Amino acid sequence: MSALRGSELGSLADPAELSAALDVRREPPLRLLRFLRDMLRIRIIEEVVAEWVERGLARAPCHLGIGQEAVAVGVSAHLEPRDRVFGGHRSHAHYLALGGDVYGLLAEILGRHDGVSRGMGGSMHLVDRAVGFHGSVPLVGATIPIAVGAGLAAKMDGEGAVAVSYFGDGASEEGVLHESLNLAATFGIPVLFVCENNLYSSHLDIAQRQPSDRVARFGEAHRIPSVSIDGNDVLAVARAAQPLIARARAGEGAALIEAVTYRHRGHVGPKEDVDVGLRRSLDELAAWKRRDPIRRLADAMLAANLMTPAAFAAHERAQRSEIAALAQRAEAAPYPPQSALLDYVFAGAAR
Amino acid sequence: MSEPRSTSYGDAIRQGFEYLMSTNPKVFAIGQGLWSPWYVGSSMTDLDRKFGRERVIDTPVSELACTAAAIGASLCGYRPIVVHPRMDFMLLAVDPIVNQAAKWSHMLGGRVAPALTVRAIVNRGGEQGAQHSQSLHAWFAHVPGLRVVMPSTARDARDLLIASVLCDDPVLYIDDRWLYERSEPLPEVRERDLRSEGCARRRLGGDITLVGAGYSAYLCEQAAEQLAGLGVDCEVIDARVINPLDEATILESCSRTRALCVVDGGWRPAGFASEVLAIVAEQLGPSALRAAPLRITLPSAPAPTSRALEQSYYPTAETVVRAVAKQLGVGVAA
Repeated sequence: MSALRGSELGSLADPAELSAALDVRREPPLRLLRFLRDMLRIRIIEEVVAEWVERGLARAPCHLGIGQEAVAVGVSAHLEPRDRVFGGHRSHAHYLALGGDVYGLLAEILGRHDGVSRGMGGSMHLVDRAVGFHGSVPLVGATIPIAVGAGLAAKMDGEGAVAVSYFGDGASEEGVLHESLNLAATFGIPVLFVCENNLYSSHLDIAQRQPSDRVARFGEAHRIPSVSIDGNDVLAVARAAQPLIARARAGEGAALIEAVTYRHRGHVGPKEDVDVGLRRSLDELAAWKRRDPIRRLADAMLAANLMTPAAFAAHERAQRSEIAALAQRAEAAPYPPQSALLDYVFAGAAR
Repeated sequence: MSEPRSTSYGDAIRQGFEYLMSTNPKVFAIGQGLWSPWYVGSSMTDLDRKFGRERVIDTPVSELACTAAAIGASLCGYRPIVVHPRMDFMLLAVDPIVNQAAKWSHMLGGRVAPALTVRAIVNRGGEQGAQHSQSLHAWFAHVPGLRVVMPSTARDARDLLIASVLCDDPVLYIDDRWLYERSEPLPEVRERDLRSEGCARRRLGGDITLVGAGYSAYLCEQAAEQLAGLGVDCEVIDARVINPLDEATILESCSRTRALCVVDGGWRPAGFASEVLAIVAEQLGPSALRAAPLRITLPSAPAPTSRALEQSYYPTAETVVRAVAKQLGVGVAA
């Protein structure tokens, strides 16, 4: 399959390319195992959520990032709890990759009081400052400048913390990205902009929305170091993020990573939605599934004898049963009390 | 004994900043024109020199990003004040104010509190026209989770600014350039809890309750003095905080005076004056007032530029006197 006319991303956006197993020779095995475990955990959790939506248990809009797990896992490898991470409508992975609380997320998605946002947020409004996740909300692009402000606070603190702003290619069409990049560059703010370019904004292909599919050009225009990488290669993501986060910590300012990826499901909900977009077809989806970030890492680890097929299968089974138990507990958790409706309008309740 | 020194409203705001920045290292100010008196009048003079340009930050022309950045900083323990030298331009930042700051506490189950203060300046007159004149307090008072503060006196300009910044909630603090020369002697700062600040009774009276906020409260005070000369004994209520509004003080006053006039620097439809009338009608019942209640607002037109039209556009104390006299059936010299 060839890239569309006007593609500046080239092979990065072409699912026929870059589907081979990753090169894991230079990587510490423990790190590879952690990446695999974290991506798999996120995948399984989102599959549980997909099933909940199908069964009508989860009613709030759920935007699944199945297929995109490598981005958050690769970036988070270099983050610390003191950092300040912000996301958007599709942010389960952003939270979980920080070591987020699985039960708290699942309970939140069902609108239960045990949830990370006390059942007031659902899938699209998550927060857990203990792991550095300061908030995700669905207004497209809204948290980009908020992350810049969190980075400004980090700069004022002077202790080397950084802010991270996750957003999609759709958000790069909001004017606020330009304002935010300019502010971050001009004031030398330690913020890492991470664009998950999955080539679609809701139903519209990026070719129908922009003259170029390469979002990194916006960072370059603001004199911010910017890279476009294969977002389905967790090692490439981690390698790209490491020096950019390090230089932000050292007071050298903002950077941008454009991680090209693809979501297996539709914009919202569990369906694959193959019937929308300029080029989104069953063929294209099948090609991107061959470029699956989890499979590419697992295949490489199997080939390098870092694990056996039986051990991998047993690990997956163990994760599935652990998550199923947490899901069951979330299904039985209480809803917020009626008083919550007014209690949280203003500050004052315990935080 | 010498007269106590009088402080102007504009300087009182500056003193509020000075107090906050001297006593709390987490307070900073960010916005356009903060290093220039041309934008913010006397209200921030030399703050950048005293506290450094890292704490008094003049910014690119990016209302949206700067306001949202203040939210981000507040989530990380700072107490930012975002300054919009004209409220009209602040409309480019409605998303961070209405969708973000006002909602994060609720949406995220009270786990976070964006404790930023957004300072919007009403700066009108002088043939500045429709996009340099608006007072859109009513829009923002509509939104749960956002406190809206409108000082009318120098003391409130200082002390409510301090209370706004110390409050854990997002606050929209609206000051008015037409009040900058209004002066009074100021006592020492006393930190107040914004959550318990309500209406102030600026004048006691038994014939009618005049309600206003910001510059309109000042008009009410001026009109009340003139009306006293006509034998009308006005009670003046300065709303001070229009969301959440202290309804009890207004209701108590109206139940005594049994007459109501609200002066509002905004437009009439779905406005602040309408809200006060609705509260009184709803809470006190159909026979509570002895005259039909009155709203004095801007005409339903954008602000004109031409001086000839501008003069009739804005209500004055005389407008209020004539309208109230007519409302109560009192004679007024032509």
